[in-house]
Amino acid sequence: MIPAWTVEYASLLGRGLLTTLEILLISTVFGFVLAVLVALARISKNTLIAKVSLFYTSVTRGTPLLIQIYIFYYGLGSLFAQFPLIRGSFLWPYLRDGYWYIVFALVVSVGAYVGEVIRGGLLAVPKGEMEAASAFGMTPRQSLLRVRLPRALRLLLPTLAGETVMLLKSTALASTIAVVDLLGAANVVRAQTLQVYEPLLLVAGVYVCLTFLIEALFAFAERRGTPVRRSA
Amino acid sequence: MPTMFEMIGFSEQGWGAALLKGLWMTLQISAGAFVVGLIVGLVVACLKLGAPKPVAALARGYTTLFRAVPELLMILLLYYVGSMLLNSLMESMGYDVVNVSGPLAAILVLGLVQGAYASEIFRAAILAIPYGQIEAAKAFGLHGFGLFRRVTLPIMAPYAMAGMANLWINLIKDSALISVVGTNELLYTAKQAAGSTRQYLLFYLTAAALYYVVTLVSNYLSGRLERRIRRWMPVVD
Repeated sequence: MIPAWTVEYASLLGRGLLTTLEILLISTVFGFVLAVLVALARISKNTLIAKVSLFYTSVTRGTPLLIQIYIFYYGLGSLFAQFPLIRGSFLWPYLRDGYWYIVFALVVSVGAYVGEVIRGGLLAVPKGEMEAASAFGMTPRQSLLRVRLPRALRLLLPTLAGETVMLLKSTALASTIAVVDLLGAANVVRAQTLQVYEPLLLVAGVYVCLTFLIEALFAFAERRGTPVRRSA
Repeated sequence: MPTMFEMIGFSEQGWGAALLKGLWMTLQISAGAFVVGLIVGLVVACLKLGAPKPVAALARGYTTLFRAVPELLMILLLYYVGSMLLNSLMESMGYDVVNVSGPLAAILVLGLVQGAYASEIFRAAILAIPYGQIEAAKAFGLHGFGLFRRVTLPIMAPYAMAGMANLWINLIKDSALISVVGTNELLYTAKQAAGSTRQYLLFYLTAAALYYVVTLVSNYLSGRLERRIRRWMPVVD
């Protein structure tokens, strides 16, 4: 009962799935690092740093991701192409490919969205715990890394699960700049087999499965990360 | 060769008027989809809370599915499946094949996605109403739509307000995705302008600035509206 095209294009769709997962993983890791830095910048006492980071998160969250991708890919891409120095350099093969533009756009986007989330988490950590940390003689950096950040992340796990699902859905925009991710692969199949929507339905199912997987992973992390409460 | 300023200006060679027309289309599509999402969201939220089990499960399935599948994929899917279904329906009824109008399809597609998110916000807001309020209203003889309009709605509105304001901003941003199926909204117009002048950076930055202005204005207005809706609530400080 399996339609013939699924067998014929299985390897293409498989590679598309791998590309989607790759983009998701890279932009999660780098985006998260950027997000922590952005969160710290947002609550910085230095007004200039705080204002600049506020501007960054506000503009990134206030404009469509698709247009940001176009700005990077078509805008900066066409700018790069004008310089013979860049065209001739070893970087050019990378700068021509849509892949790194989508990764860059997603990292920028995660940095802004998750940065604001983490900022909220850092502010939600009870003040007494920070005071306790410094009473133990921790330096500000130590108390940030050992107390404030871990506490904030624990509080934020459910929100971060939602943000990761959003990121998964955003990776589908890669197909608009000719990257063959999962949706891109489905579009190739559609073009070659002249099927209007069947491939789309198939990958929609895959996206739903990936969403459940992400939610299960975060639920697992939440159980592991929660200390067992002793009954009084 | 017109200068950059002339290109986005309102002269004959300028794309200013076209971009503003695109912006107007974006706002129309977003507003339409918001209304559709509002209605779908309210109905689905009520179904999830009070309908018989199979119907409630169906409503939950709709929410899960529409929130798990990428919006871009959903738009392509509903657009193609929708126009195909409509055409086969028209054919079977003996009419000619119709071309699905872009903006109308966009409103329906975005509205359905929006409805899934809105239903969760409304569900949470309705659950936040202290049950005694509803009981009191019933004791006063209110029921059905009157109960909903005079008690449920005003009490839940502040709880739902922040979430709905966020959804509106998301909707504006998601409406840019409609450009992939060729509806001439803001991003699509910017794409055309960029393609014909080869000034990609200029036009995409201009369009991004227009979206940003809409977001900022929306934030300001929703803040005002929220203060008004919350006016019955006790002030917490």
